[in-house]
Order: sequence, then structure tokens, then C-alpha cells
Amino acid sequence: MNPKRAWSLPVVLLACLSMLAMFPLVGETFYIQLLTKVMIMAIFAMSLDLLVGYTGLVSLGHAAFYGLAGYVLARVAPQYDSANLWTTLPLALGACAAFALLTGLLVLRTSGVYFIMVTLAFAQMLFFVFHDTPIGGGSDGIYIYARPLAKIGDTTLLNLQDRRIFYWFVLCLMAVVYLFLKRVLNSNFGRALIGIKINEHRLRALGFPTFRYKLASYTLSGALAGLAGYLAAAQFGFVNPEILGWHSSGSVLMMVILGGMGTLHGSILGAFAFILLQEALSNQAWFGDAAAHWQLAMGLFIIIVALLLPRGLMGVSSLFSARAKQESGIE
Amino acid sequence: MSDAILRAENLTKCFGGLTAVNTVSLELHVGQVHAVIGPNGAGKSTLTNLLSGDLSPTLGTIYYVDETHGRHNLAGMKSDRIARLGIGRSYQKTNIFLPFSVFENCRIAAQSRQQRAWRIFRGAAGYADVNAVAQRSLQAAGLGDRGDMPAEALSHGEQRQLEIAMCLATQPRVLLLDEPLAGMGAEESQRIIELIRQLTPAHAIMLIEHDMDAVFAVAHRLTVMVNGEVIESGTPTEIRASLKVQQAYLGDAHGGFHG
Repeated sequence: MNPKRAWSLPVVLLACLSMLAMFPLVGETFYIQLLTKVMIMAIFAMSLDLLVGYTGLVSLGHAAFYGLAGYVLARVAPQYDSANLWTTLPLALGACAAFALLTGLLVLRTSGVYFIMVTLAFAQMLFFVFHDTPIGGGSDGIYIYARPLAKIGDTTLLNLQDRRIFYWFVLCLMAVVYLFLKRVLNSNFGRALIGIKINEHRLRALGFPTFRYKLASYTLSGALAGLAGYLAAAQFGFVNPEILGWHSSGSVLMMVILGGMGTLHGSILGAFAFILLQEALSNQAWFGDAAAHWQLAMGLFIIIVALLLPRGLMGVSSLFSARAKQESGIE
Repeated sequence: MSDAILRAENLTKCFGGLTAVNTVSLELHVGQVHAVIGPNGAGKSTLTNLLSGDLSPTLGTIYYVDETHGRHNLAGMKSDRIARLGIGRSYQKTNIFLPFSVFENCRIAAQSRQQRAWRIFRGAAGYADVNAVAQRSLQAAGLGDRGDMPAEALSHGEQRQLEIAMCLATQPRVLLLDEPLAGMGAEESQRIIELIRQLTPAHAIMLIEHDMDAVFAVAHRLTVMVNGEVIESGTPTEIRASLKVQQAYLGDAHGGFHG
């Protein structure tokens, strides 16, 4: 590999990280909250990228885990008081992992288009469980009046009510999830997942019990989606069935594809591009009446990216490096 | 003669109305190369797929016996379990991980022997034993200096060599080689034939091959298949002398097996 590119990625990532870390010191409340939402979606997108980009499993029901974690928080949180982060977060993640494990046993028996349909079906089942039974408070959902608190004894360690602290908390978790997945993907387990994506049949013939690997990947991915869902529920202060509907699953899949599958930073970039663009295009001050039809412009943008950049927005950098190589006569 | 490490009895595979493999029995012994020959469509690849678990037989049994694992009936067993028991195969149609480097193809093959997947925080490249097996397999197949190349950049013949290297990297006792020489140049073919000779003492090898010079150079026993059935089985001398084989397989090619 070109030595220049080997160090440029960590440098770019660190620069972005420090800019994001400093933003709450200067940014307005609205933008702090917007970026918090974006970073939560970035965690969600990375969890899906583990499945889509690294294991070769295209799921259209990933919001099921995202929503489930939110509902777990909403159900266990005391009505007018803060929930305990140390107990409710593991509980939410555990519930998502368990749900992923159980559904994974069934959905992973299918592949390709059938996998897409079955994951969608499970997510829709969960949607109607929360929509039509007393568990989920119907289509209005449930309010969470106070954000969870991280306490040790009686001292509050992290006051997540503070929008800046919540922002930094989410930023840290995004970085941790990124580094965690990088590490995992570089291990034997991760190499096997990538092998499954490239050529599952051959990997099985080499002696890998691929079903178990896929199940582990599905479970881990579900738990991480749950982390995003928990944070989102904590941020917005309510859950409703929409968050686990197929629109939500579709949006996160779009972020992964937009950013470039199989590169974790691509998923983060995809989340930023998708949500910020959505925010900009629907801004009436900028686009007037056209803002109401932001989905049209968004659709066009996605089509253009899909046509020009088959590897997503992450493909932009390789476009430049390919040109640089041509100019310097390497290729 | 030692007991067979792998004994297939009355293997039959039907695809709808077509019987691709019909009551085939054969034995593989450590220290021997058992060649399976026959015209295209004779069912040789299907037989390999039955033994490796890529397909499960409609009828019949496949017994595998070794010191560490004991006795198992492989019929209906999944291919990954069969591979972990020690049965490795190469594919007739090159079947590798194209985006991986040549070394990584072999490394992941070697990794299959030690399923240490729970160590999710340890880098896959850091297992010296796995790396050593991978490098040794590459060298044996003549790709020792190609490790860093992407597998998709290899020539067709080199990809065939990689196919064999990956099979070796899983450290099998039984090797099922499905036309390993197809698409290789003369020099590489010679190298692989030499490699098969070196592997023979410690392995049981089933070789499917159209290159009769190669087959007769290494085989201890031959099984001749036509239309899914075994028409003759025996030593190279017996096969060469067999009228049945000459009639059914050679047809009008009086030149025999060139050898």
C-alpha cells in the first residue's frame, strides 16, 4: 500500500474526532442536538455495516433492535424519575442480543432476497406488537420524562440531562463502537465473517461452521443497534412504533450504502451525509416551498451517488488517488 | 494392507430422474493415490462432492476412521464437520477468496484447524503457528513468493496452485483433488505431480484427473467410472489391460493411455 495512505486515514479520523469533540463549546443547542442524533445514527449504521458490509447479510429489519432497546428503556424507567444507566443499558442490550439470537436462528436459514424479506417480516411483527398491544402504548408510544443517570453511590458521574455531556457521551460511544468493531473485524472471527461475505461455500468447505459465525455476527449487530436505540430514546424522551418500522430500517440501510459498505468510517460518513442533507433540504428558510418535497432531492442525490460512486461516498477518496496514480505514472 | 481411512459403500446420488452416481464403492488408504478416471459426465465430481459433504448421498454410507476422531459415517454430515475431521478437497472450478491476498487465502484455510473465534480482540495475523502452516502450504504449491499479491491478480494456473495450497493448509489426512492440473502449464503440472508424490506417504489421496500421464505416474489404484457407475477398479496394470475399460472409456482411441 501507498505509505501516504496508510497514515492519512487515522489522521483524518483524529482530526474529525477532535472537531466533533470541540463543537459543543461553540455550537448552538439545536446543532448540538442534531449532531448527537447524527452520531447515534452513525452507531446504528456501523452495527448494520457489520452485517451488510462484512458478513454479506442485507437486513431490512434492523430497526427492530433499535426500537426494542428504546422500548425496554421506556418500560423500565420510573415514570417521573431518571433510570439507572448501569442497569438499564445492559438490560436493553441484553434484550436486543437475545431477540437477535432467537430470530437469527430462523432468519439465517435463508439468504439473499429471502433474508431481506424475513428480517423485514420480523421487524414488522415487532412493530405491531408495540403498536397493537398494551405493552407499547399504541401508536402514540411512551414518554421517557428524564434521561438515565450514571451514578456511583449518590454521586452523579455523568449528568446526561446536560446536552453537552450527553453529546460527549454519545461521541465517546461512537468512537468506542468504531474501535471495537475494527478490532473484532481484524480478529479470526472477523476474518471469517469477511470470508463468509466473499465466498461462504468455500469457507464451509474449509471447515468453518459458518452458521454459528453468522449467528454471532447477527447477535452482536443486534446488540449494537440496541445501543443506538437506547441512546436515541434517551435523547428524544419518547418511543413510538415508527422507530422500528421499515422506514427506519430503510434509512439506516441507505446510510450504510451511501457511505460505502464494508468500511466502518463509511457508515459514519453516510449517517452524517444522510441526516445533514435531509435537514438542509427540508429547511424552509433555504429552499422555500421546495423544502416540503425534500425527499425528491434526496432521492436524486442517492441515485447520483449510486451511479457515479459504486463504492459510496468513501469511493470519492479512491477516485482522487486513482487520478493521482495516473498522473504520477504509477498505473 | 492397512485398513482404509475412508470407505464408501454403495454411494448413490440422484438428481430428480438422473442418477449421477450409481452404487459406487471405493476405499482410500493412507500412503496411496487412488485415481478416479472417466469421460466427462461420468460422475467423478459428484462423487467428490458426496465424499466432501458438498452434496449428501441419496443412498449409501461413507465411513471415515482415524486415531484421533474414531469412526464416523460421513453420509449426510455437513461439509464443515467433514473438513474438520481431516478431509480436504480442492475444486475443479477455482474456488478461492479473490479479494484476499494469496497469503490470506491460505491463512484463513489454516485458521479453520484452530477455531479460536472467541478471541475477538486478538489480531488474526498474530498466530505464528497458523502463519507457518499457511506459508509452508504456499511454498509446497509453488507460490512461496506470491503471498502479498491479491488472489485475483494471479494467473489462472497460479490460482489452481492456490486452490491446492489452501487444501493443504487445512492439514487434512484425506485429500480429494478434483482435476488439480486442469489449466496448468507443463512446469506447474510437474511440480504438482511431484507434490502429490511427496504427500502420498502421510496422506490418503483421491485424484480425479484427465491427464493420463499424470494419473499413471502417481496412482496406486484406479477406478474407472462411466455414466455414474464403476466399470472397473484395480491397479494401473490391471486397468491398462482391461478390455472393458478400453471399450467403454477409450472408444476408438487405440492409442490407449499414452503411457
